[in-house]
Amino acid sequence: MMSSVSIVPIEGTLVVTVRGDLADQDATDLPNVLGDALEVFRARGILLDLSVVETVDSFLGRVIDDIARLTRLLGARTVVVGLQPAVAITITELGLQLQGVATALNVEIGMSMLRDVIGRQYQ
Amino acid sequence: MNPLPSEQRVPIAAEVDIILARKAAREAAKALGFGMVDQSRIATAVSELVRNVIRYANDGQGEMIVRAIRDPKRGNGIEIIVKDDGPGIANPSEALRDGFTTGRGLGLGLPGARRLMDELVLDSGLGRGTTVTTHKWCH
Repeated sequence: MMSSVSIVPIEGTLVVTVRGDLADQDATDLPNVLGDALEVFRARGILLDLSVVETVDSFLGRVIDDIARLTRLLGARTVVVGLQPAVAITITELGLQLQGVATALNVEIGMSMLRDVIGRQYQ
Repeated sequence: MNPLPSEQRVPIAAEVDIILARKAAREAAKALGFGMVDQSRIATAVSELVRNVIRYANDGQGEMIVRAIRDPKRGNGIEIIVKDDGPGIANPSEALRDGFTTGRGLGLGLPGARRLMDELVLDSGLGRGTTVTTHKWCH
């Protein structure tokens, strides 16, 4: 199940790569799957890599928003990385807000953002 | 010049058809010479419209038709028609407003699709199904 998503724990962060078009059911399940994975791996951050995702519609947009809110409630953070420019333009024109969703240009910047946020929680 | 693809019809019957329909629309748009951003706009609009059929039509049954169009003033374009014979929408003009929803969605589907395309006409009424006709022109 959910062959189109990979989850790799690295340095207390889950690197979650969506590897193509997500079926609606897989997208619906994703927040729960990631919530469980945060607990299992005792991770504090999710790096959500959408660099090969070609279409973010209002349905997937809401799932991304749900993931960001769920991880905050669990004391963790989500950073979305790698949005294609064409997808980013479409998201804004579609009217998706994604206000609570942190984004970064690439995996490296996203990882360093998560390290900063997670590090600050322990100071 | 790219050869214009002939008319394509994609049946809409299950959730997986959302992915198939937007793939077909994206490929047609690409073949017609639309750029990356327009391909994304068209595929996303189709995703919204086809999901509406799955969510709201009787048994989620419908059809998408994609074809090349040409206008003396606007040049080459793509026409996408998404139709179903579901219960129809009682107040079509309301349904094009942001935030209008009868389901669990964000209410962005139809108005969002209209913003992504150049033209969108919603033809619906209680008991006579729904047909959405959209155009995008190669600028």
